Amino acid sequence: MKNARDAVLEKYSAKVYKNRKEHIVEVDREAAEQKIAANSRSVPGIMTNRGCCYAGCKGVVLGPLKDALVLTHGPIGCGFYSWGTRRNKAKAEDGRNFIQYCFSTDLQEPDIVFGGEKKLRQAIKEAMEIFSPKSIMICSTCPVGLIGDDIHAVAAETEKLYGITCVAFSCEGYKGVSQSAGHHIANNGIMRRVIGTGDAAPKSKYSVNLLGEYNIGGDGWETERILKRIGYDVIAVLTGDGSIEDLKNAHMANLNLVQCHRSINYIAEMMKTRFGINWLKVNFVGIEATITSLRETAEFFGDDELKRRTEAVIADELAEIAEQRAYYKSKLSGKTAALYVGGSRSHHYQYLLRDFGVKTVLAGHEFAHRDDYEGRCVIPTIKEDADNKNIESITVDVDPDRFSTFLPEDRRNELYGKIQLEDYKGIIPDMETGDIVVDDLNHFETEAFLETLKPDIFLSGIKDKYVLQKSGVVSRQLHSYDYSGPYSGFRGAVKFAHDLTMGLYTPAWGLVTPPWKDEPMLVGTIG
Amino acid sequence: MLDMTPAVLSERAALRINPCKTCQPVGAMYAALGVHNCMPHSHGSQGCASYHRTFLSRHFKEPAISSTSSFTEGASVFGGGSNIRTSVKNVFDIYNPDIIAIHTTCLSETIGDDLNAYIQEMEIPEGKYVVHTNTPSYVGSHINGFFNMMCGFIKYLSERGSAKNGKAAIFPGFVNPGDMRELKRIAKLMNTPHIMFPDTSGVLDSPMTGSYEMYPAGGTTIDEVKALGACEKVFALGELTGEEPANVLDRKCGVKYELLPLPIGIENTDKFLMALSRFSKAEVSYELEEERGQLLDVILDAHFYLYGKTAAIYGDPDVALGLMSFALEIGMIPKYVITGTPGEAFERKAAALLAKYSVEGCTVKQSADLFALHQWIKQEKVDIMLGTSYGKQIARAEDIPFVRVGFPILDRYAHSYFPIVGYRGAMRLFESITNTLMDRQDRDAADEDVEPVM
Repeated sequence: MKNARDAVLEKYSAKVYKNRKEHIVEVDREAAEQKIAANSRSVPGIMTNRGCCYAGCKGVVLGPLKDALVLTHGPIGCGFYSWGTRRNKAKAEDGRNFIQYCFSTDLQEPDIVFGGEKKLRQAIKEAMEIFSPKSIMICSTCPVGLIGDDIHAVAAETEKLYGITCVAFSCEGYKGVSQSAGHHIANNGIMRRVIGTGDAAPKSKYSVNLLGEYNIGGDGWETERILKRIGYDVIAVLTGDGSIEDLKNAHMANLNLVQCHRSINYIAEMMKTRFGINWLKVNFVGIEATITSLRETAEFFGDDELKRRTEAVIADELAEIAEQRAYYKSKLSGKTAALYVGGSRSHHYQYLLRDFGVKTVLAGHEFAHRDDYEGRCVIPTIKEDADNKNIESITVDVDPDRFSTFLPEDRRNELYGKIQLEDYKGIIPDMETGDIVVDDLNHFETEAFLETLKPDIFLSGIKDKYVLQKSGVVSRQLHSYDYSGPYSGFRGAVKFAHDLTMGLYTPAWGLVTPPWKDEPMLVGTIG
Repeated sequence: MLDMTPAVLSERAALRINPCKTCQPVGAMYAALGVHNCMPHSHGSQGCASYHRTFLSRHFKEPAISSTSSFTEGASVFGGGSNIRTSVKNVFDIYNPDIIAIHTTCLSETIGDDLNAYIQEMEIPEGKYVVHTNTPSYVGSHINGFFNMMCGFIKYLSERGSAKNGKAAIFPGFVNPGDMRELKRIAKLMNTPHIMFPDTSGVLDSPMTGSYEMYPAGGTTIDEVKALGACEKVFALGELTGEEPANVLDRKCGVKYELLPLPIGIENTDKFLMALSRFSKAEVSYELEEERGQLLDVILDAHFYLYGKTAAIYGDPDVALGLMSFALEIGMIPKYVITGTPGEAFERKAAALLAKYSVEGCTVKQSADLFALHQWIKQEKVDIMLGTSYGKQIARAEDIPFVRVGFPILDRYAHSYFPIVGYRGAMRLFESITNTLMDRQDRDAADEDVEPVM
């Protein structure tokens, strides 16, 4: 019998087959290693779900910053599409919340012909007059790179002229092969120009940053609530409900907690090199996953009182959701799910589904790299291709004045391997034999796997959602949570289970087929 | 909400804040989805296709398909020829449409990719078609992209034919599937054999059956697009933005056209019916006359909730103008009317409308944005806002009743099934506006003023 992977691939032409077969893996737990092709070009003509470099930089990493005026330099579309569409919630105490606004230079044909720098300068001048922001982030779109506007020079000029922070990001859409390049470019800019420029000391020695948490649907707030209950001081969140002012002091924290490995691991690594801050891979999506992450964080600090408080909070939070947890488990247990999201959610949500007895049979990533699939151990073996080489990879040096590592070396060495300290094991080792992992899953494969794997639930994004739903399969968006959430932590887990239960049990599913399709309606008479 | 927006206006020459338009390619994609068995194709970075598909799906709550050339940095330097050849082959292989409709992006436009040459040189399977249009994102708006894609189809496909086919072509403009259905119903009632182009009804309002169809039943067929050239006449709806495709068809196939306002409101619908009547030589059907009478009946019944009420209207040029016309007909004052799409005719036409009703003190602006609209509102408030989802923050900040209409509406469901065109569309608009104002009156009323009968 053909397996699901082969059944899907066989429909491709030779050339596409050759490419796509490397991106689809059927998990085999017995295999010594399972290699997957990732972070490489999508095949032109394929209906990929991937976005672009600009979407990763402006849309994902910079967009959530509430106190920065993020100015899109380009024609109107890019700024417009990334305006208030990612559900990265933010509350500004002083009422100065820039994420409600969309700023663009709205380049016109003459600007493309004669250059857009003049308009960019003028736009910044106008922005200063109206909003007097403390920081401006300039993000360029495709044509800007092609016509050669020097946005970095304009940023430098702006800093001098107005005495503010102004950082330029050359995140043209054609760079790299997906959003991922944009994450990297944003990480570089933030590391170079923002982190380490402040000097506010943390209130507690249990000080952490939350990295790769974009506060979609309020996830970051829910995670912070739990961390604060235990007694952690959250210095900065990158970048959900985040602020440049907090980011400046991020280097004062004693530990970086990394939620989304893909989009922010660059900063985690660079902060370790420059400031000596260790990072821990966490996952606050899923009940058991949250418990593990809280325990590992406490283990890092090693304080008995902190561990005791951690256990008390876990017990209390568990008690609060116990009844709902049992109820939803009874509704969901035994179902199967397919996941297709970007970044780390295709991995994280497997934990949450597992909490309720739902098994994941397919996991697809939009823009992961091999380390997200196979674990960070493969990083030294990843070969760069022409597309990745164009993405600047910066190196940072030790900051001798501010380098300080919380844990002594022997204690650190003790923890490596014991907790996920500076490690991410990837998605494949977490799945079972026969499960399917797909890189850059596309429309055709989605339909094909739907047929072969027949999952009960398909969690994906808006471009797939209605395809899946029209196919008769419940689909919830894991990018926007279908306007629900938060889904993180304990309360988030039961919220998610509630939403999934609604999706499966909503009565209209039973009415899709009209009764006359099942019953002969034509009554004939003889004679 | 929007706390940083100052009431005092300042001159802006470069900074666009909270736009009231988006870029051409999404309009082209929408138009291409209105052709049966068609795969829209975005020639640029894959982010463009991703944003546009997302956007259309969020408005219609339906699948919106499109393939992409997936430009990389290499393609941006050396040209996208190889990308488009590979794309076309793969799209026909894997998704098997009858036609691929390519639109460009600011990326492929800036590097000067010559789609015409690429298409002429490529291998296209027997019986299949590839057409294209240029949609530079730095010119015009999504509205222009929609009409440019129509021009692309016409240039490639429409044929003069040996004889006229006796049909009228109806170009509905950038409206919802619900509007297109209504226009077809009206044409049928007016005894007018017609081809609607494009036609997203049956595509972006396809039914739930439990089985997904990549190419749903609706859409103008390729044969119909060809046959546009043999039509007797074109009714091009959208007097501000809808002329170009009709003009292209006239030049290519000698089909004369009549440019009409989008039939939003009473007089604009009257004009449409009379044009159809002159064409089909059929009297206006009783059914439509009855609908008109019902509409007037309802308007007169409830006029005192609307008379003198001020409105802020924003959206695409022809939709905004149509809404403005209807607002004036029901006695409202269109205090502010803006569109983000450039084009000075908008201000001229709007001024003529205001003059016709002798209404003064209104501000009308093309190439405007929602930030400016908000500032005007802060200076002098209005009673109601009519427009797209992106006005909701202003409505909330200033506590203004708000009716969603136009494109995009991302935060409500089912809206795209219902028309705003024709008398029935006007009836729906009227009901929405009146109910919204009356709900507000009820909400704000003191206990002693709450009345079960109004």
